[in-house]
Amino acid sequence: MVDFAVGTLSDLSRMALLAQSDGGSFWLPPPESVSSWAVDNVFYYILYLSYFFFALIFAVLVLFVVRYRRRPGVEAVKTATHSTLLEAVWSLIPLGLVIIMFYAGFVGYVELRSPPEQAYEILVTARKWSWQFTYPDGTMATDLHVPVGEPVRLVMSSEDVIHSLSIPAFRVKMDVVPGRYTRTWFQAKQPGKFDLYCTEYCGTGHSDMLASVVVHQREAFDAWLVEAGDILGNSATPVEAGEKLFRLHGCGSCHSTDGTPRIGPTLKGIFGETHRFSDGSSLAVDENYVRQSINEPGAKIREGYKNQMPTYKGRLSNDEITALIQYLKSLDGG
Amino acid sequence: MATTVDGKTADFPTDRGPLNYLNCDRGILSWAFTLDHKRIGLMYLISIMASLGLGGLFAMLIRVELAHSGQQIVDENTYNQLFTLHGAIMVFLFILPGIPAALGNFVLPIMLGAKDVAFPRLNLASYHLWVIGALFFLLALVTGGLDTGWTLYVPYAFQTDTRVLTAGVGAFILGFSSIFTGINFVATIHTLRPPGMTWFKMPLFLWALYATAIIQVLATPVLGITLLLLAAELVLGIGIFDPTKGGDPILFQHFFWFYSHPAVYIMILPAMGIMSEVIPTFSRKHIFGYRFIAYSSVAIALLGFLVWGHHMFVSSQSSLASTIFSLLTFSVSIPSAIKVFNWLATMYKGSIALDTPMLYALSFILLFGIGGLTGLFLATLSTDVQLHDTYFVVAHFHYTMVGGTLIAFMAGLHYWWPKITGRMYNEFWGRLCSIGVFAGFNLTFFPQFVMGSRGMPRRYHDFPEKFEIFHFLSSIGAFLMGLAMLGVLIYLLYSLFKGRRAPANPWGSATLEWQCSSPPPKENFAETPSVSDPYDYDHIKYDPEKNCYYRVN
Ligand code: HEC
Ligand SMILES: [Cu+2]
Ligand SMILES: [Cu+2]
Repeated sequence: MVDFAVGTLSDLSRMALLAQSDGGSFWLPPPESVSSWAVDNVFYYILYLSYFFFALIFAVLVLFVVRYRRRPGVEAVKTATHSTLLEAVWSLIPLGLVIIMFYAGFVGYVELRSPPEQAYEILVTARKWSWQFTYPDGTMATDLHVPVGEPVRLVMSSEDVIHSLSIPAFRVKMDVVPGRYTRTWFQAKQPGKFDLYCTEYCGTGHSDMLASVVVHQREAFDAWLVEAGDILGNSATPVEAGEKLFRLHGCGSCHSTDGTPRIGPTLKGIFGETHRFSDGSSLAVDENYVRQSINEPGAKIREGYKNQMPTYKGRLSNDEITALIQYLKSLDGG
Repeated sequence: MATTVDGKTADFPTDRGPLNYLNCDRGILSWAFTLDHKRIGLMYLISIMASLGLGGLFAMLIRVELAHSGQQIVDENTYNQLFTLHGAIMVFLFILPGIPAALGNFVLPIMLGAKDVAFPRLNLASYHLWVIGALFFLLALVTGGLDTGWTLYVPYAFQTDTRVLTAGVGAFILGFSSIFTGINFVATIHTLRPPGMTWFKMPLFLWALYATAIIQVLATPVLGITLLLLAAELVLGIGIFDPTKGGDPILFQHFFWFYSHPAVYIMILPAMGIMSEVIPTFSRKHIFGYRFIAYSSVAIALLGFLVWGHHMFVSSQSSLASTIFSLLTFSVSIPSAIKVFNWLATMYKGSIALDTPMLYALSFILLFGIGGLTGLFLATLSTDVQLHDTYFVVAHFHYTMVGGTLIAFMAGLHYWWPKITGRMYNEFWGRLCSIGVFAGFNLTFFPQFVMGSRGMPRRYHDFPEKFEIFHFLSSIGAFLMGLAMLGVLIYLLYSLFKGRRAPANPWGSATLEWQCSSPPPKENFAETPSVSDPYDYDHIKYDPEKNCYYRVN
């Protein structure tokens, strides 16, 4: 029991230390975007006010409990049962303080919601349970690569349910809603790698819907863009290209490559297997079947699964599908 | 029924008669179809405490799963069900009905010196609806569960294959149960106040229940409408919320929060009402600023209708709307702050006894204080962008809903336990467990603030390594709190059999419910009791021999 208490106490102190080891404060991660002040300034304003008021309440409470604790023979002393002046004071002072709070938050919000005119625009597509970032030249990526020191605007939409894009280091968060476009922006201060989360609950893979934000110097960013843009050309083999495409298009959020079923069946070693479909028919898996599964997933529904796969028709070229098929073939049971 | 104590006349019976509301009628039917508000209140109490146990069990499972990163005991889908059911059960079956329908039902008519509520049959119907609604929840639970989060956000709710419709029907029925209670309380307070009890001579608990009832009556129908539209969308595909049919999922959020934000005040106002009874009693001081507290209850109830959009600052709601909602939200913070200061001022120069109910009341002030202060971060536009849907929000609302409502419920439960059951619980264990609850609660939820502001999203089955330490501490705290709550259950049950018999007025309160015996007779009072200032303790004297209080005139 004592050990346990000591352990917990040391954990508590570890929490305090750990929280600062990344260069941030106890409360906030290090501010990595130029608009971080919009959150941080008012955050600390409220924080110190909260410390003050909590300390005040705590002190008064302890003082009263100790001084006026019940003792035999000592009666409570009658004091005023109300005081308009006192009550006006402790209504108006907080009122003034929260009006400042509101205004500071408003100013910060305007900053967070107003991207500069010539921002670099990246399209964000959210789907269960992966992110896809599309660049002006058509390049796609599953991590968000951005140049340092330039404003970046994200134009976001969802293919299925509501998601939310959150980058705590940049003080960025915006819901990604099906049926409409939402926007947010940031400007990274220095190169580095930061976490990106989905913060709107979206089902099974919600906590896996993570990505990295990679901030490059401009030249490195350009180089990355060229390389990422030509997947087929920059891969040694079609299998390697297929693997990249598999990740890029989020196949892995529904299909495993190690034999375990998820939302969809595993794609390990399917070539040559005979699969039964929900309409009772069956078929041996070959290249044509896989191609059809990708272009018209609803045509044949694998028995025991639901028609949940989105179509990739028009999003994957012939060569890309071929590469994917080569990759899937490489996953044979052996 | 005057008796003599210490040579002075006591106004109310310290001894109870052979018959009271518990033993006057026998048989299960005399309970299931009783019209007695005390029996209905007691059945509510047992039911909501069972719900608290179930919701608490889910909470423990969640904390075990989250004790370390990686999968511990359940997979993602099960985890999603756990947090959904934890939330739905705690909100709809425990916190919303908790104080009004269980404690309120028992206490409200007696505080008025009345025999019952204005509409006893409606009261019974409310309980029956609660049971039916709860059965639908259980049905949903065993037939496939629910994994949408208690918020039922669309379009996810259309795509999951868990039991949205069944749970929706349950919530719909529970809504009516809540409306019935509300109507009843409004009518009772308007019509059954005894001669001499003007509005501003009512105990503040009644003001709180009255303000709550207004919200129950005005806001809950919107929940009904929302659920009907959701059902129509699910069954008929009318295309109002579903973006694939041209509907607007954000509209659903507006509907949902139009009810669910005011519902937050259904949860907290009665809790504040309990504070305004417990703190004066255990300080033996007149409540400070009666009118401010009474008005602030009503102000909170009304302003609470105008702030729902603060849940949607990053939802793609227009920036102008967000700005207005932020401003209005701050307006609700002021009346809450006033109450805290008034309770503190009440204790000034009092004679403060740290009995179990008072320990919970002091916990409430501190925890609700933290809950309220952290609410400021979420009402502020720019900080909410950082904090929305993170553990900061989880911690904040647990500080208000648990640190506030549950703790106040515990205060009320211990305060009125002698009245309800006629027995005293063991004071030592009562105090010890209340301290355990306080410590465990803080250890559970304080680390969640820190990880939240550092970015940890809520509703995650797994988490990056850097949040490990926070989650681990949180799980230890939950374990501690669970243990303390278990202790409470044990000594309360024990008291039913072995507890000292409760006197009519064990704490020295001045409100009317302490003027009838413990437990009260079926009709509460033989004759309408005389009304005086509910916070005037001059006439309430202590009798050290009998260890109870009596009234002198
Ligand atoms: C949202 C989840 C999801 C995503 C994303 C997804 N699939 Fe599927 N997929 C399914 C489901 C569910 C099935 C089974 C039902 C069916 O046959 O349509 C399936 C079936 C398949 C099949 C047939 C498997 C068999 O055993 O018969 C293939 C091949 C396939 N998917 C390939 C892919 C590829 C390649 C990608 C990425 C480009 C992808 N899927 C993305 C859910 C998904
Ligand atoms: Cu998500
Ligand atoms: Cu709210």
